[in-house]
Amino acid sequence: MVVAAKKSPAPKAAAKSAAPKAPAKRSERTAAKLDFSKDQELAAYRQMLEIRRFEEKAGQMYGMGLIGGFCHLYIGQEAVVVGMQMALKTGDQVITGYRDHGHMLATGMDPKGVMAELTGRRGGYSKGKGGSMHMFSIEKGFFGGHGIVGAQVSLGTGLAFADHYRGNGNVCLTYFGDGASNQGQVYESFNMAELWKLPVVYIIENNRYAMGTAVSRASAQTDFSKRGASFNIPGEQVDGMDVRAVKAAGERAVEFARSGKGPYILEMLTYRYRGHSMSDPAKYRSKEEVQKMRTEHDPIEQVRARLLEKGWASEEDLKTIDAEIREVMNAAADFASHDPEPDPSELYTDVLR
Amino acid sequence: MPTEILMPALSPTMEKGNLSKWIKKEGDTVKSGDVIAEIETDKATMEVEAVDEGTLGKILVPEGTQDVAVNTPIALILAEGEDAGAAAAAPTPKAAESAPPVAAAPAEPAPVVTAAPAPAAPAVVSAPAPEPEVPEGTEMVNQTMREALRDAMAEEMRRDGDVFVMGEEVAEYQGAYKITQGLLQEFGAKRVIDTPITEHGFAGVGVGAAMAGLKPIVEFMTFNFAMQAIDQIINSAAKTLYMSGGQIQCSIVFRGPNGAAARVAAQHSQDYTAWYSHIPGLKVVAPYTAADAKGLLKAAIRDPNPVIFLENEILYGHASPVPKLDDFIVPLGKARIARPGKDVTLVAWSIGMQYALKGAEELAKLGIDAEVIDLRTIRPMDTETILASVRKTGRLVTVEEGWGQSGVGAEIAARVMEQAFDYLDAPVLRVYGKDVPMPYAANLEKLALPNVQEVVEAARAVTYR
Repeated sequence: MVVAAKKSPAPKAAAKSAAPKAPAKRSERTAAKLDFSKDQELAAYRQMLEIRRFEEKAGQMYGMGLIGGFCHLYIGQEAVVVGMQMALKTGDQVITGYRDHGHMLATGMDPKGVMAELTGRRGGYSKGKGGSMHMFSIEKGFFGGHGIVGAQVSLGTGLAFADHYRGNGNVCLTYFGDGASNQGQVYESFNMAELWKLPVVYIIENNRYAMGTAVSRASAQTDFSKRGASFNIPGEQVDGMDVRAVKAAGERAVEFARSGKGPYILEMLTYRYRGHSMSDPAKYRSKEEVQKMRTEHDPIEQVRARLLEKGWASEEDLKTIDAEIREVMNAAADFASHDPEPDPSELYTDVLR
Repeated sequence: MPTEILMPALSPTMEKGNLSKWIKKEGDTVKSGDVIAEIETDKATMEVEAVDEGTLGKILVPEGTQDVAVNTPIALILAEGEDAGAAAAAPTPKAAESAPPVAAAPAEPAPVVTAAPAPAAPAVVSAPAPEPEVPEGTEMVNQTMREALRDAMAEEMRRDGDVFVMGEEVAEYQGAYKITQGLLQEFGAKRVIDTPITEHGFAGVGVGAAMAGLKPIVEFMTFNFAMQAIDQIINSAAKTLYMSGGQIQCSIVFRGPNGAAARVAAQHSQDYTAWYSHIPGLKVVAPYTAADAKGLLKAAIRDPNPVIFLENEILYGHASPVPKLDDFIVPLGKARIARPGKDVTLVAWSIGMQYALKGAEELAKLGIDAEVIDLRTIRPMDTETILASVRKTGRLVTVEEGWGQSGVGAEIAARVMEQAFDYLDAPVLRVYGKDVPMPYAANLEKLALPNVQEVVEAARAVTYR
């Protein structure tokens, strides 16, 4: 059922939308040396599965009324954050939009604290005052979690500005989606980042739909790796379903930014299996399209197939990993269900310092 | 133990739905991500995906059932080794009518709904005794507000390497209004940064730098252009400390001229004091004297919060005495009694003080002794100083160039009515800009702005003289 492609092809477009181009030449050229070691494969497998199980749990908790408001799941896109995180070092920063649970887990934030924030409890990362879209961890270099589409692009450019100002050699990964890519402040930020040679990597997670609008219906230029062209920012398209391709491209981009050459754009060709939010019936795409991505390009199944094929793990080993992860997520869900709500006195704290 | 699959809520407001179709049958193997059923909500038909793995042991709610309450068990998943016998003991499904409401149904503890009333907001400013900000015998130097603002920034930049200034024309051009004159020469291009004309973007870059711990001074050529950046100011700068549970602070100053200049018409002549003063998480400052401009700007730069620092173009060239001190600070949140009096209280700030002070002189000729309060900081507002004055005079007039509706004067009037009603001997009157976009023609512009005569008339009306 699962295609264990060594070099998986670019995701096929839906009939309606313009076909995304195959990964840029540069990533194809490096495809030969993409292979992960056993440890890397196992680490990637575990981290991606953690995100998927967390999100499945979150979806379930939402269904039970324990999580309120909006809840945007990352299922399907796991390879992007896991591969990119592998290219970072301590001190680097990460910032993203509202589909942020995967990014938080990838930076090493505690699933308990994230889940408790989703349920609005005092043990949440923002003491229950931020919710799904607004969480932070200075310790892990995670700067949110931002609910206004595109705002994080200027903010991430500002984080990179601070790195540049301090000359600390750090890089800021600034994630946004194909939808945010059309916002004006994105280009204002591109301009300043290139002008001042800021150490920022812009990661455009092209999951093909801005809420319910297909890329081709909202974007005049659907090759997002070219969106920096008029600012002289280099960019490339990456198979965002293959964690090895993501890591390889991430390392190139991060090295570029860290060495003082300025910003770099990575367009991740990825796919979200679930709706935009929990209340999205996903009428704008066919079930076949979703199913095809799941069976042929699933980022986790790709790693799983390689692990089995190479004899680096048995079915039994992988089952054990899954069981361990499920236990962690159940514990997180349990904590998030029993932790008390914030004390009423918290209403007036943290407005000003 | 079999795992119950519960009727899911698929939107923030869903309480019940129809189980339109079972995709999986009893006995089918189910794994995470498999679609097991379709649910119809009031908005759409949605697929339900399995989270747990195993065998679909028993369907508890048949397809076609209407109005199934959220959190009702709809099926049982059996883990490896479990048989359907375990399912027999399962609870029978409840009809929507008898099903408990969302919050009470799940096996997991439901969120506690806090019904208790919100606690009272903490008092922001207690009655501060007026502290002498300047020691006796300090030498005073006459300075324009322009020079005072520049000195404040230069002193803070010398003191703290994390402070930098960015904005349009702040460096090479030496400031569109010459407020940053000489800063590039002293501090270099790394700390005095010319930006492209992209307010939204560079405001966001400034906020991001502040989140990383730097202390930016973001100059807007005028606050009219900051409307392009207001999302970053409010949604990012003002709210992040709260939304992060106190983790991410944003120490940043947004400054520049605000309000009407002269003959630049509607888009370039707007007062944003009331706009920003509406927002929790911001501090809002609007100085009138050169000394206050210097001391307040230094305090604003050191403040750990985002501060909106509203200057006035017409006041830039006005000179007034500034104390010659190494580190002159005026605390935020404290009003100043600019002129003591006993008959009527006039409250103003920024250029509004011109009308108030001239009005007080005119009133003195009529034998009316006006007390003039320079509010200086609009948020947090020094209500105590206003109340203390009103308790003495029993009468209040507010003066501002901004519009009346939802204006700062309206807020002051409400607070005084709430907290000092018994002391009022007359209704509070407000003097404010006319309810029109600013016209270009000289005569119309003059009519649109408040004037001294209006202040005098309002004060006479509330003193019945």
